[in-house]
Amino acid sequence: MQDDSWSVAGRTYSSRLIIGTGKYKSYEENARALEASGAEIVTVALRRVNLSDANQPRLTDFIDPKRYTYLPNTAGCYTAEEAIRTLRLAREAGGWTLVKLEVLADRKTLYPDMIETIRSTELLTKEGFEVMVYCTDDPLMARRCEEAGAVAVMPLAAPIGSGLGIQNPINIRLIIEAAKVPVLVDAGVGTASDAAIAMELGCDGVLMNTAIAEARDPVLMASAMRHAVIAGREAYRAGRMKKKMYADPSSPLAGLI
Amino acid sequence: MRLTINGEVQDLAGPLSVAGLLERLRVDRRKVAVERNLAIVPRAAYETAMLEEGDRIEIVAFIGGG
Repeated sequence: MQDDSWSVAGRTYSSRLIIGTGKYKSYEENARALEASGAEIVTVALRRVNLSDANQPRLTDFIDPKRYTYLPNTAGCYTAEEAIRTLRLAREAGGWTLVKLEVLADRKTLYPDMIETIRSTELLTKEGFEVMVYCTDDPLMARRCEEAGAVAVMPLAAPIGSGLGIQNPINIRLIIEAAKVPVLVDAGVGTASDAAIAMELGCDGVLMNTAIAEARDPVLMASAMRHAVIAGREAYRAGRMKKKMYADPSSPLAGLI
Repeated sequence: MRLTINGEVQDLAGPLSVAGLLERLRVDRRKVAVERNLAIVPRAAYETAMLEEGDRIEIVAFIGGG
């Protein structure tokens, strides 16, 4: 099998699955799920240190930032200014410039505010950040993100944490066909087949958190996702058969007795 | 000296640098980032950045997130 790695902002990865580190029962379970998923990139959030218990377990004690690429996010940010402030702190805490931007519009849908998102992408890119952008599944908005400097566009499959799967495969495919940067489905994946569909559409990767963290057995689901992403990718590369209206026998008709 | 640290008002004896504050709070400086009055304090400046009355300090670290 030929090498099927992918690259973002000059870094090359063999796994096309990116997983979040939120909602797990413990960092220990999170680390085991990560191992099972085969992912090489993890998203992380930045929050205030609890000063009354400054020695509580830290994510970095369980998931080694030297082994895995930490992708700091801007979850919970509703304006460009909040997102930029957060990522400047993340850059100082981690020392890297590859980040995931998400600027949200409202708390009920956690739908991306694309006007603020595009403005943030421009500002962050000018500051030297390499911005992977969570966006709507609108092909025009994805293009605008790319024009604003996004190093990857990451349209939602469905709302964050909903587990509804890909709601708009046509749009995801249109985004993939037009993009010159990697396209990853981010948010809304519920189970393994959703991840496989994303990859069969031609996505460069899939980013998920809740589908693994809230499975009854997160470590087993992480393994399922690993296989789903590989299966979907291989099916995409293999080129699927044409769909037909009627049956077409698999056994030859010639020589029938 | 009255400071607001991660949203909580604290009275601390000065003079105090950012490095001194982290030590007093028992925070491992290698795992955090510090913001003072909305401006990042670079790690290399922790010793020389002296805190002043009314400063608003944020001390943050990576945690799990999606």
